[in-house]
Amino acid sequence: MLVPAAIAFVLLVGPLVALLVRAPWARLGALLGGDTVLPALGLSLGTAAASTGCCVVLGVPLAVVLSGSDGWPAPVRRVARALVTTPLVLPPVVGGVALLLLLGRVGLLGGPVFRATGFQLPYTTASVVVAQTFVSLPFLVLGVEGALRGVDRRFAIAATTLGAGPWTRFVRVTLPLAAPGVAAGAVLSFARAIGEFGATVTFAGSLPKVTQTLPIAAYLALNTDPDAAIAIAVVLMVVALVVLVSLRDRWLQGIGR
Amino acid sequence: MSGLEAALRVDRGVFGLDATLTVPPGHVVALMGRNGAGKSTAVAAVAGLVPLDAGRVLVDDVVLEDTEARVSVPPEHRPVGVVQQQAALFPHLSVLDNVAFGLRTGGARRGAARDVADRLLTAAGLAGLRDRRPSGLSGGQAARVALVRTLAREPRLVLLDEPLAAVDAELRPELREAIRAQLTAFSGSALLVTHDVRDAEALADDVVVLDAGRVVQRGPLAALRAAPAAPIVASLLA
Repeated sequence: MLVPAAIAFVLLVGPLVALLVRAPWARLGALLGGDTVLPALGLSLGTAAASTGCCVVLGVPLAVVLSGSDGWPAPVRRVARALVTTPLVLPPVVGGVALLLLLGRVGLLGGPVFRATGFQLPYTTASVVVAQTFVSLPFLVLGVEGALRGVDRRFAIAATTLGAGPWTRFVRVTLPLAAPGVAAGAVLSFARAIGEFGATVTFAGSLPKVTQTLPIAAYLALNTDPDAAIAIAVVLMVVALVVLVSLRDRWLQGIGR
Repeated sequence: MSGLEAALRVDRGVFGLDATLTVPPGHVVALMGRNGAGKSTAVAAVAGLVPLDAGRVLVDDVVLEDTEARVSVPPEHRPVGVVQQQAALFPHLSVLDNVAFGLRTGGARRGAARDVADRLLTAAGLAGLRDRRPSGLSGGQAARVALVRTLAREPRLVLLDEPLAAVDAELRPELREAIRAQLTAFSGSALLVTHDVRDAEALADDVVVLDAGRVVQRGPLAALRAAPAAPIVASLLA
């Protein structure tokens, strides 16, 4: 029992230790300020923030609809939930290909738009945001739906009998009570978005300063400038740690309980 | 002005609710019965939270529900207040904002609603709690705040569903007295759900005993005690 457990632990922690040991700490500032990393860092933070915003704006209403789906026929409900969850289990590259087939220059929707206006979404910064939103939306929707379902029904009843219609009830009672769940979902979405690689590189490519986010820059730099790749990895690890710490109370204690 | 007049039929599997309830204007009627007798269903039906399968609900001569005429006023538009079993104060709002909530849904501005809420809390002797969160209140304090919050909207009928259930036994006499004072100052009618005869003694003008969804007996407490129509009445009023 102890040996496989120890191997598992080393497998989980070892790579991170290696990363920290090999990181070019002395040159870290210079590397991060360099021509490759700084634009990628700005692009990653910007697109991840934008896609997190999209996730909240689109995902909260979807979560509301799903949390009220108990009256739907069971098969419809199951299919709806499965479809929403799909991007979680889909290989990101497949997601990228699928996005191209829908929104690309010859895609189902993208084709007509391109013929009519000459505009094509892929290989633009906006396409990075779309790819990130696609992969991270389920985190937000499932988290918020759980939070909405967790709000005690008697608060909604109290609001109703105090004269609140459905909208007031949602805005002033249910949503505020589910706010920690929305925040946790947003943080998870951000984490997923900033680490996004497969769907982004497939759908948006890797144009420096336009679609080349940190993970893509790290992958490309590994061949040409390994130290830069390591520096990016350190940055992404710090982001992951910040996410972990910010979710500590909700997740780790929740698991412990 | 006729208080509450309700004929309630709610079908539920084995046995449902099939009862007429009346509360004369300005009176307090205690609705008594064992667990599962249909008391909470009756409250939910009068409040509009559970649809009637047949029947009518009138409060002060206004039809709130009539299955034959296909009338059903949504719960948020009924002049009916509900105090739930556990006070159900909004945990994210202060005591003051809890009381102001129902005033704001009625269209009052935030500042005006807070002024009124402040006055109501002071009148109820709860001014010291105004800035607290519900999590910092005792069960008795929460129950009193919940009643102030419900009455703030000036409903014509208030439904109290076991308001003392969540309170320690030794604190109940004091809370009963506080509720009595609140209800005395309230001009509308009140239906008090309880299984504790002491609540009925302290607060109610009349008693209705419900069993398996049917009314077993109704009248003044003393009359029911003197001549219980069924063993269940005698045991509830013992």
